[in-house]
Amino acid sequence: MNKTYYSKLIFELSRPGRVGYSLPKNEFEGYSLVQLGATQSRQTKTLLPECDELTVVRHYTNMSNNNFGVDTGFYPLGSCTMKYNPKLNEELCQLPGFNIHPMTPAKYAQGSLKLYDEVQKTLAEIAGLSRFTLNPYAGAHGELTGLMVIRQYHMSRGDVARTKIIVPDSAHGTNPASAAVCGLQIVEVKSLADGTVDVEALKPLLGPDIAGMMMTNPNTLGLFETKIPEIARLVHECGGLMYYDGANLNPMLGVCRPGDMGFDVMHINLHKTFSTPHGGGGPGSGPVGVRKGLEEFLPNPKPLSNSPEGEGLYLRCEESSLGYISFFLGNFGIIIRAYAYLLSLGKENIPMAGKLSVLNANYIKESLRSHYELPIDTVCKHEFVFDGLREEYGGDHHSPEHVTTLDVAKRLLDYGFHAPTIYFPLLFHEALMIEPTETESKETLDDFIAVMKKIAEEAKADPQLLKTAPHDTPVRRMDDVKAVKEPKFTFKAL
Amino acid sequence: MAKVIEGLYYAESHEYVRVEGEYGYIGITDYAQDQLGNVVYVDMPEVDDEVTAGEEFGAVESVKAASDLFSPVSGTVVEVNEALEDEPELINKDAFANWIIKVELSDKSELDKLMDAAAYEAICK
Repeated sequence: MNKTYYSKLIFELSRPGRVGYSLPKNEFEGYSLVQLGATQSRQTKTLLPECDELTVVRHYTNMSNNNFGVDTGFYPLGSCTMKYNPKLNEELCQLPGFNIHPMTPAKYAQGSLKLYDEVQKTLAEIAGLSRFTLNPYAGAHGELTGLMVIRQYHMSRGDVARTKIIVPDSAHGTNPASAAVCGLQIVEVKSLADGTVDVEALKPLLGPDIAGMMMTNPNTLGLFETKIPEIARLVHECGGLMYYDGANLNPMLGVCRPGDMGFDVMHINLHKTFSTPHGGGGPGSGPVGVRKGLEEFLPNPKPLSNSPEGEGLYLRCEESSLGYISFFLGNFGIIIRAYAYLLSLGKENIPMAGKLSVLNANYIKESLRSHYELPIDTVCKHEFVFDGLREEYGGDHHSPEHVTTLDVAKRLLDYGFHAPTIYFPLLFHEALMIEPTETESKETLDDFIAVMKKIAEEAKADPQLLKTAPHDTPVRRMDDVKAVKEPKFTFKAL
Repeated sequence: MAKVIEGLYYAESHEYVRVEGEYGYIGITDYAQDQLGNVVYVDMPEVDDEVTAGEEFGAVESVKAASDLFSPVSGTVVEVNEALEDEPELINKDAFANWIIKVELSDKSELDKLMDAAAYEAICK
């Protein structure tokens, strides 16, 4: 890293009058196209940075070198499925035929519409459901869309009293948030000591006011919920629908299907499970699938065949739909990438992705449990949760001076790894959630395990080293809270 | 096991009041700080603000969550614990010593609706 060019803002590198261009002589000096009033014309200088081209290039190149992504290093961020994004996806989504305007008449966009339809059919087969919409722009947008489907279903039957939704205490924070945005009241159901949903605690919550239940399987602890068929039966008996949060679909790929377990509605994160870009804005994509009988409630517009326009696929808007959640067909470039991934693996190899992700997670878990506290001792799926360092490595929660999960995560940055997810799920004090995904080699996993063990030894020998980490990153430990409470968004505020 | 102190008044929402004459010191319980984990910020009202029993008067943020604070009693804020502005983690070190606000009580009969140490200890199990 070059500190001259990286650690300064472009404004600090600015020198009055310095430019990186030369313009021809202005032949219209003093000539103005329109006379603007004082309120419309700028009264102060623009204060843009003034730099030569080489300074600009070095500044931004050095800054970009300090980015961290799955292309630069291991990224075990639990619950995020940071698998590798194959470069083939990028190449295929740039094929000129896909470079069309969203308002292109359907007649001239048959290739793109066919791709949309094939992705939706493939996802439906993987999920064991009837039909998908690919319109939602992200996972949480998919959750909201799915809950709107559930609400629309109840409304269509005139059953307007179903205003509550059941969410386990281990759920992703987006579940209650999406339900609240959808106007539903959240009812929390507790987990058992083994981390799965407590069926006995669920029973008294069920009734004629329940719209449905949201579940993640494997749950946020990376554990397979074994009582889904019974839970689904109970929820269906009370008239509610089952919603599957597809955030953790990866280990299930090609092995088991939410539709077969009794789920009625679900979303999938293409940017997790189907290898499309993730982090730094993605953009995301959160397709929503439904079981047979709920298709009509999916959002408009819908590419459907057998239309009056003739052969092929045409965009339809159905009266019974929940309405629009986006005006066009989602983040289409992302859908193309997911299609490339689906076809690259093929039906035969898709189950390998899930199985290898489970193997990798269990390998790390078993290798590190000697140093980190494993609160639930069982085979995990694609991810697992430690409750901080073990007591003998300075992790005693009751000591105010204990080495925290935050300290471990910060120290990992010094070793060139992205930190795992920390302090989620909320069931444990010092949660440290690791998800390696299937795309990492054994060598990478071994390196990570060695570093995590080394950090535990450091915590025992010299806790201060961790408390003051990171030491080797461009920016040292930041005051996260102050950054949120007193944000400075402009150079002038500094 | 979380600590509970005799002689304080407790609310179901895990705040306590320590009464001294006409004044009440309000904070969160040891159980609450333990559930929250490392406290990183305390959002407090200002002196002379009115607080009402059962209503929100601020918030505590930890590494895990942001939780609203509910006043167990009504009254006027006469002092806020300024030490928490720079060192919110004092709440983790000793939640009962590090109260959040001091209130001039407007209705002492409200204390009768709160729990004693034994009743509070029972709901924390």
